[in-house]
Amino acid sequence: MSEPLVKSICMNEEDIDRALTRMAHQILEANHGAKSLALVGIVTRGDILAKRLRERIEEIEGVCVPLGKLDISFYRDDFMTHFAPEVLGTDIQFNIDGKTIVLVDDVLYTGRTIRAALDALMDIGRPAAVQLAVLVDRGHRELPIRADYVGKNVPSAADESVRLFLQDVDGKSAVEILDVDPGGRAGAAPLGTKEDTE
Amino acid sequence: MAFPHKHLIDISEYSADEIMLLLKTAERFKEVNERRIKQVPTLKGATIVNMFNEPSTRTRSSFEIAEKRLSANSLNFGGSSTSTVKGESLSDTVETLCAYKVDMIIVRDKHAGVPRKIADLSGVHVIDAGDGKHQHPTQALLDLYSIWEHKGKFEGLNVGVVGDISHSRVCGSLIPALKIMGANVCVIAPPTLLPADVATLGADSATSDLNSVLPDLDVVYMLRVQRERLEGAPFPSLREYNMLFGLTKERDHLMKPDAIVCHPGPINRGVELDSFMADHPKRSVILDQVYAGILVRMAALYQLLGGTNDGIDA
Repeated sequence: MSEPLVKSICMNEEDIDRALTRMAHQILEANHGAKSLALVGIVTRGDILAKRLRERIEEIEGVCVPLGKLDISFYRDDFMTHFAPEVLGTDIQFNIDGKTIVLVDDVLYTGRTIRAALDALMDIGRPAAVQLAVLVDRGHRELPIRADYVGKNVPSAADESVRLFLQDVDGKSAVEILDVDPGGRAGAAPLGTKEDTE
Repeated sequence: MAFPHKHLIDISEYSADEIMLLLKTAERFKEVNERRIKQVPTLKGATIVNMFNEPSTRTRSSFEIAEKRLSANSLNFGGSSTSTVKGESLSDTVETLCAYKVDMIIVRDKHAGVPRKIADLSGVHVIDAGDGKHQHPTQALLDLYSIWEHKGKFEGLNVGVVGDISHSRVCGSLIPALKIMGANVCVIAPPTLLPADVATLGADSATSDLNSVLPDLDVVYMLRVQRERLEGAPFPSLREYNMLFGLTKERDHLMKPDAIVCHPGPINRGVELDSFMADHPKRSVILDQVYAGILVRMAALYQLLGGTNDGIDA
């Protein structure tokens, strides 16, 4: 598969930092502080964003909120038709019952990942409320799902891929819009590599 | 990348990377098994037949739990209710199952080769749950998982498999699997319970002197003395077997301090394994193996039943 063409870079490292700081303020404002708040990031990049949001919240409020990561592989709606995704594992070490959970993901697209994440959370416990924070909302929703906190709205075409790269795992931080080959993957890039090679 | 296998019948068709993927997937299923709601919707809508034509409680229960925790619909077919006792041929039985529109058949049979035959006849996914003296691949996977969990590696490990080698389907999968993963395998048995040509086993060495090799072993895998399969008195008495090939309390001092003891169950206490060893808090991993059985079977169902098309991610 050929390297996808980068059409534009819609967020650079500073943009991502500023967006996360604003989102941390918005989360604290909407929830009147950090009491009973917890962050759950969806692997493979939502968990890293959730960790950064936690640092911001601690800087602002002086409170270190519980942090977990969620792997939605077992809850996908396309399991029997698409290959078994690599399972990176769910790791939530705190009791989510009664907590306000802020789900964190990188790019909100069809909404199917969030649907799966909500089901997965409900099997783990009974949160008081679930909110959604995403760095990028690219549109094209297929389910009635919306984000409570958005880093940036990025209108995109269905044959484009909107991808977040993070310094920790990719060696650079940016949100890029890429052209997708016909039949190519339009999802998140695998960690540490730019494109899936079949 | 899609998992390249449709069936789990012959473990030697799997590469070290593929086996490692199954073990890592199995580890991820711990989280599901340790929470309040021990079930995920992954295999919702899939129908799995457990076709057990030979008595089995543990293996069948373990498969059933794995299926239920993945939300598959499971059907138990076989045992005394099997239609083969009414004279139906295997191919007619398989065609009947196919007419039920099942997605996977899990087979236990006293005849070696039946799982492969069913795979050819049915066209659906097949897992061998033990066929004759041939293979028992999910047992090998759970053994590997337990060894990996306790030792953290396979490369360079010395594994001794002790007991009824020639009648054992556990060996039929375990020895090739250990070799694929890079372990050294020594088989230890009375000469009467070793095959005529030991080389066919694929082990690195064979001996009838347990005491001489015990100090080198990192993993001591005790096979069950299958009293129901022994013909022609391969050893004089169970007491003598225990003295020569049993893992007794007296042998503890011969073993490495961190050597572990595995057993596929059910245990004949006082024959191949003394209670001291079976219940040893540091050495015995037997109950870990039982738990690993659920984890690796969930992993095998997950990888085999996952679709093959790389689709558009949501």
